[in-house]
Amino acid sequence: MTKVFLSILITAILTENFLLSKFLGICPFLGVSKKLNTASGMSLAVIFVMLLATAVTYPINTLLVKNDMEYLQTIVFILVIAALVQLVEIVLKKYIPSLYSALGIYLPLITTNCAVLGVVILNVDNGYNFAESMVNSLGAGLGFMLAMVIFAGVRERLESCDIPKFMQGLPITLVAASLTSISFLGFTGIVDGIFG
Amino acid sequence: MNPILLAVIVVAAIGIIAAVMLAVASIVMAVPVDEKAEKIREELPGANCGACGFSGCDGYAAALSKGETTCTTLCSPGGSEVSKKIAAIAGLAAGEIAPQAAVVLCQGNNHNAGTKLNYVGVKSCKMATQLYGGPKDCIYGCIGFGDCIEACPYDAIHICDGVARINPLACRACKACIKTCPKGLIELLPLHQAKAAVLCANKDKGALTRKECKAGCIGCMKCVKACEYDAVKVENFCAKVDYDKCIGCGKCHEACPVGAIDVIELGKIALKSINRI
Repeated sequence: MTKVFLSILITAILTENFLLSKFLGICPFLGVSKKLNTASGMSLAVIFVMLLATAVTYPINTLLVKNDMEYLQTIVFILVIAALVQLVEIVLKKYIPSLYSALGIYLPLITTNCAVLGVVILNVDNGYNFAESMVNSLGAGLGFMLAMVIFAGVRERLESCDIPKFMQGLPITLVAASLTSISFLGFTGIVDGIFG
Repeated sequence: MNPILLAVIVVAAIGIIAAVMLAVASIVMAVPVDEKAEKIREELPGANCGACGFSGCDGYAAALSKGETTCTTLCSPGGSEVSKKIAAIAGLAAGEIAPQAAVVLCQGNNHNAGTKLNYVGVKSCKMATQLYGGPKDCIYGCIGFGDCIEACPYDAIHICDGVARINPLACRACKACIKTCPKGLIELLPLHQAKAAVLCANKDKGALTRKECKAGCIGCMKCVKACEYDAVKVENFCAKVDYDKCIGCGKCHEACPVGAIDVIELGKIALKSINRI
């Protein structure tokens, strides 16, 4: 049992990294990775929302499947996740203001980010049960955080480089992103190696 | 039942349930907001420049509303008008804010100041300062890499010929550039008033200064003798004007052999510098 969970977790973090292998959630990856603290704040919010979204959409999906309405998955998931995040935001504001100010603007920003929607739909497609889904979401969130933090480090280095004018800004960022994602190719097969 | 109709009903039902939940939650869990602070916040300029000394406009509004401060004249970007408005809301006394603008006290542009090294590192004044005091001969002058440009929330600063220049009409006296400049060259001067200012901060002896920069103050004391109001002092081979005593007569400017002291009327010069930019 633990072996299954561990293999799902490591797959989600390293080999099937959402940002660097699946290219989901590229908008925050390029948008808020300029500084380490914004990158980690964003990643915390992503982990939080991914876990929450999985917990809520799993029972809804079972209901949909029971009534032969799987085709409504995408739209219902978006609706539910969006409403839920808003609700959580209100609750946090009231009861845990410190967490609210830490997650701050990132929470509504990633409400229906494609990475969040992607993880819940992939859970369904892979036929995971509830516990496996939660582990997969956690792994996806941690992988997101790992990629964000690594990339924020790369970008902070880029800040102090003398970059040719035509490469400044987004071009060099995209080149750096592709190099970072190539480095994650090195993890291919690691899960089979450990657990296979 | 028609599957399309069913789908529409299901999605609509989920939407309505979610909406009701959110509506109820927003009422039940409403966090009481400080209405006074909100109102004050609306009157403040909203640039979050930190001129007031609080953490942005929100911080100043909260402090005023909670009575942590009773001073309504801290927002220099807003000026007297904003002071009046926030004083009315907070029930405090309004005050006058004399309009000011920042000036870079250096004339060491590419023609006046020589360079001692070819700097190819990070284009940042703070970094360049650490390498022999910057690429220019004069270690007191403006480096011209524009740390202040990035600090300025109002886009008032430009580099002209290797020296930062501030557009007084765009400047809101928030002091962000003053805090940033590693050479401490930026000062606030009153707007629309003629004042003499020493456009140099060089503390080397006269002969050395001459070699470093054509427009550097050599500490010859001629301005001190020329001033009838005892407004100019020379310390460490560099003149300094007491802006309270100065009336802007221009005698010191006429006496200065290197043109390091000038009478400037902020607002008038602005038109010139805008043309230059």
